[in-house]
Amino acid sequence: MFSSKNMKLLTNPLGDSNPITVQVLGICSALAVTAKLKPAFVMAISVLVVMTLSNVIISLLRKTIPNRIRIIVQLVVIATLVILVDEVLRAFVYDVSKQLSVFVGLIITNCIIMGRLEAFALANKPWDSFLDGLGNAFGYGWILIVVAFFRELLGSGTVWGYPVLDKIGLYDIGYENNGLMILSPMALIVVGIIIWIQRSRNKDLIESN
Amino acid sequence: MNRSNLYTFMYASVMVIIVAALLSLAATGLKPLQDKNEEIAKKLDILNTVGLGMEVGEADSKNVYVEAEFDKFITESFVVNAKGERVDGIDAFTINLTKENAKEVDKRTLPVYVCTHENGAQNYIFPVLGKGLWGPIWGYVALNDDFVSIAGVVFDHKGETPGLGAEINTPPFQDQFIDKKIFDSSGKFVSIQVNKIGIPVTESSVDAITGGTITSKSLEEMLYDCLSVYESFINKQK
Repeated sequence: MFSSKNMKLLTNPLGDSNPITVQVLGICSALAVTAKLKPAFVMAISVLVVMTLSNVIISLLRKTIPNRIRIIVQLVVIATLVILVDEVLRAFVYDVSKQLSVFVGLIITNCIIMGRLEAFALANKPWDSFLDGLGNAFGYGWILIVVAFFRELLGSGTVWGYPVLDKIGLYDIGYENNGLMILSPMALIVVGIIIWIQRSRNKDLIESN
Repeated sequence: MNRSNLYTFMYASVMVIIVAALLSLAATGLKPLQDKNEEIAKKLDILNTVGLGMEVGEADSKNVYVEAEFDKFITESFVVNAKGERVDGIDAFTINLTKENAKEVDKRTLPVYVCTHENGAQNYIFPVLGKGLWGPIWGYVALNDDFVSIAGVVFDHKGETPGLGAEINTPPFQDQFIDKKIFDSSGKFVSIQVNKIGIPVTESSVDAITGGTITSKSLEEMLYDCLSVYESFINKQK
């Protein structure tokens, strides 16, 4: 169940086949939700739930899905899960759902989920697909959280809404927040720096041309 | 693998029927709970406008706490028209602002909530609703009993950009509105201007949100549109 092959499914997406930094998928949502740590975290959790569940469902259905409409089937599964999650949240944890509402559309269109369904779940067993979904969701999530951490710290001077820079008295000696960090292009710069560090540590990731 | 057209067609139909059944079951089954949540959120917003209901995080049951506070402090709610006359027979709480805003000004029915504090001071609370960058934005504006200055505001939004436009629902932005005047010294209705940071703040203007220009301007427009219709009502109270 946890053979080395299976563990690879879980750990590879965290590093050498990371969906954001190596495959450069899901950039759109990484830009939109990383101005603050909290929404980035909520987004990471939501993607985790939707990605693993849809991977398992598509994997279970993989032998019955007609080839010509497979993309539509994948889309329907993802959209249904997202709406169900949203409905349940709105009924039981209303405050969280208010946070999440803006991301619902972004989860449905998240290219990583479609990519994993198409590339992995359609051809593999449910357990493997479950691990693959989990691995990729974590790979996506940790990048999101790292980017959000730096953007919130440098852009707003807070971490999880807590004013750390204010508390340690940095403003008293003339420090100013960098307003540029809260604008979405800076997410690309931060992701770019992560890609840079990753590729300088692992030369195999550098394309030959 | 390639299947026959019939199989593909049947597969799609069955899938759609199952999904539709599942979703409508979830939607109807959870609707009462969701409606209740929305009602509580609305009541809490109204209370927050005048600085009440702040201990909601410590309450054992959010719903019970909010209902009790609302019944205690919101002593009156009624409906007026654009001429400032009271309209009987409509419950202010059930008015759908989206529908009202679509009507011509003189046909609208406008809700007013009156909050009476423990020391007897009264605040008049008016709901506002407008279009943000990505979806609706809304809120409540409470006036002091001089009917000129603002006692407090609450804004919220459906899907403004997190960290930018979404900041309209945070205290640093909302606290700017306290004690601002919606009428100038000659008694003319001026609403509240939301200006770029750098433009000097007057007694009828506040700073916009950096990077949230469109949301900020929409909010300014919303305040003008939704408060100007109350002008006759407010002038009668002065």
